[in-house]
Amino acid sequence: MTLLAALPLAQALGPVEQQHLLAARQMQALSFAVHIPLVCFGIAFPAMVLIMEWLGQRTGDPLYRTIARRWSRVMVALFAVGVITGTVLSFEMGVLWPNFTATFGGVFGLGFAIEGFSFFMEAIFIGIYVYGWDRLSPRAHLLSGLPIIVTGFTGSWMVISVNAWMNHPGGFRLVGGRAVDIHPWRALFANDYLWHELVHMYIAGYIVTGFVVAAAYAVARLRGRWTRYERTAMAVPLTIAALAAPVQVLVGDWAAREVAKTQPVKLAAIEGLPKTTRGAPEHLLGWYQDGEVKFGIRIPKMLSLLAFHDPNAKVVGLNAAPPSQRPPINVVRFSFQTMVGIGTFLAALGALVLFLRVRRRRLPESRWFYVAVAAAGPLSYVALVSGWVTTEVGRQPWVVYRIMPTSQAVTAAGGVPVGYAGLWILYLGVGAGVVWILRRLARAPIEVPVSTAVEKEV
Amino acid sequence: MTLAVIPLLFVLAGLVFYIVLAGADFGAAIWQVTAPRTPDGERLRDLAHDAMAPVWEANHVWLIFVLTVTWTAYPAAFGSLASTLAIALSVAAFGIIVRGAAYALSSGTADPREVRRIDQASAISSVLAPFALGACVGALASGRVPYGNARGDLWSSWLNPTSITVGVLAVVFSAYLAAVYLSADAVRRGRDDLVEPFRRRALGSGTLAGVLAIAGLVVLRQDAHALYHDLVFGDGLPALIVSVLAGAITLTLVARRRFEPARYTAAVAVTAIVAGWALAQQPQFLPGLTIEQAAAPRDTLWAIIVAVVGGGIILFPSLALLLRLTLGGTLGHGHHVDGPATDEEDRPAPARPLLPLNAALAGRVAVACLVVGLGLLTAAETGWAHAVGVVALFAFVVSGFLAAVPPLLAADADEPDAETT
Repeated sequence: MTLLAALPLAQALGPVEQQHLLAARQMQALSFAVHIPLVCFGIAFPAMVLIMEWLGQRTGDPLYRTIARRWSRVMVALFAVGVITGTVLSFEMGVLWPNFTATFGGVFGLGFAIEGFSFFMEAIFIGIYVYGWDRLSPRAHLLSGLPIIVTGFTGSWMVISVNAWMNHPGGFRLVGGRAVDIHPWRALFANDYLWHELVHMYIAGYIVTGFVVAAAYAVARLRGRWTRYERTAMAVPLTIAALAAPVQVLVGDWAAREVAKTQPVKLAAIEGLPKTTRGAPEHLLGWYQDGEVKFGIRIPKMLSLLAFHDPNAKVVGLNAAPPSQRPPINVVRFSFQTMVGIGTFLAALGALVLFLRVRRRRLPESRWFYVAVAAAGPLSYVALVSGWVTTEVGRQPWVVYRIMPTSQAVTAAGGVPVGYAGLWILYLGVGAGVVWILRRLARAPIEVPVSTAVEKEV
Repeated sequence: MTLAVIPLLFVLAGLVFYIVLAGADFGAAIWQVTAPRTPDGERLRDLAHDAMAPVWEANHVWLIFVLTVTWTAYPAAFGSLASTLAIALSVAAFGIIVRGAAYALSSGTADPREVRRIDQASAISSVLAPFALGACVGALASGRVPYGNARGDLWSSWLNPTSITVGVLAVVFSAYLAAVYLSADAVRRGRDDLVEPFRRRALGSGTLAGVLAIAGLVVLRQDAHALYHDLVFGDGLPALIVSVLAGAITLTLVARRRFEPARYTAAVAVTAIVAGWALAQQPQFLPGLTIEQAAAPRDTLWAIIVAVVGGGIILFPSLALLLRLTLGGTLGHGHHVDGPATDEEDRPAPARPLLPLNAALAGRVAVACLVVGLGLLTAAETGWAHAVGVVALFAFVVSGFLAAVPPLLAADADEPDAETT
């Protein structure tokens, strides 16, 4: 069995006993769940702000500029929160998982080092952009925003390259529990597993940001505030999300095929496939118990068809790995189905938006449409987190797939639950602060210096 | 000098930048909270806030730089120190979170009173972050972080005479740096009324920092004798002399109101202290682990060197631009008014179409891109087909956007008050 080839287990710092491994994992998960939506805004929101500013400069219509300027305040506030949640993550790399970093820092660390530069550039140009309104020439100001979009991409590229390496490690040999013969560039960037993950996440950034921003204006409309300001501010993010959501279905399908190839046990957990099967069926919904999916809707041969484009293809089942090396199946399954379910809803909503646009050239009138958009905001975040749970919990019990178990990576220090509780308290406070500031920014009176603008107080 | 040392030089340089830049930010918070509750105090607070707001994010990224280069180039040492110093690092993280959150929140506050309240709340934690990080340095310098997974004592590794001294020194020094910077800033902004208060603060905190530094040597002599010996009688001596001189020159410059050069001599003093520490401690990284032993294999070291040099080529011009705009007063206050643009942009612009291109054409391009993307990403199997497919799908989103949005916005602009019900 190739699984055993990697043993003896990798570890640079020696064995550990950590009774609070689960708390450490939960703490890491909490940190990611808080950071990831901010990442989405870092990826996609600058582009939306710049589109608005560009529209304003092109048409000379001050409405666009007003929107861009108000959005840029949201952008910098969320970026500031992203800086601190990202700092927490970088601390946790060492504080929670010292043996992971000690053993493999030389392999994957390069990705984070480059990401650090990317983050740097993002911070610099966000500072220039946000504090440069009215102080730089319009053209210089618009140009100062472009690096923010580029670094949003390079940053996610670097971080995903590390995650892809954890899921599909390469570029080193393991001798006596230590990584030797390390080729960091190859490990990070010559990895087949990188590209679908990167594209999937990058598009997710646009979907989440697009729907969350659109949802804010959908709520405004449901509350009776629907001036040209809201219509314009909704049209841009909603259209971007509407275009990206159907694309994500295709990219997700590609990602699933790559998982089938490279991490068959993860796919088996996603689908609840107990035994290696030819012409494997797919189960929608249901619950995995005692080696089968109960109460699920069975679609014969569908899994083989989706994963390998062949209805009779052989799909590896959970029996390929001993029980101790399987991820928690129902967690992975449930989060996968959540992601796919919401993703399908978002794609359908996006298709509806595009269809109505082509047919009627305006946003729909129906109240239900705005209810759906308002729901799409939070749902897209749920789908995002579900996707990450699928891939990260699906990788368990390994931190580096089939090389290092998570239990070997964790710190030997005590007090992990205290840190976990502390982080909850802190992040609840930060979350309350973010809600407060977003409401405050939204409530600031909209002043469009043109008589045609309609203004209503909340 | 060997390959294994070069990344450490980057780390130390990053540390100097972090101390000089982010330290000043933490220090500014200390002055914000200690300023009296009078109109004069309010003005001090406003200046401290406005001077730091555009740059604090970039300043704090230096810490990320230090962490990432350390764990890439010296992974085993990083794992050892992060696990032993977990509590100290958590305290530092707490301080950084609250300080960052304060900036995030103050960007949306409506009136200055709220800004001040938030800044005051954050000042306590701004003391914690430099103290805890300084205590970590003290832990490393006094050899209390052994190699291994949390092998050192979780508390006494960073709560000991050396750590406490370095931690307190870090807090006072941050305050000192901030006062020097803010004095210079007040001069630059023509705020003569604020120059003198900050100058007084700089002189007071600078003197205190000097006294603490001398007291620190006494503590080191008792608590970390090996380091003391190398610092005073060994390799660290030249650096120690430079730092004392630079510190004294800085104080003199501040006393003579030469604030701009004082910024740079203060930075020299920091550089010399860090260099002295490194020279005194080398070749040991951690007790029983030399720099050579801690270093990652050759390819990794080269990779990180290439990445840092390449990144630096892009970074430093950008950073220079940011600092030039900030120091030149181009970048403005943290509080915008969403008001009418005041200058030429207020003039009605010539009526121009939203886009020079034909929306219907863009729509057809979008459909074509979608079909190509679907075929190449989903039906084809090879890597290059997937790559082209992904590009086609991105082109679909862009062309689809161009087809869909401008006509909609243009139609809306033509009938601006078409309220739907």
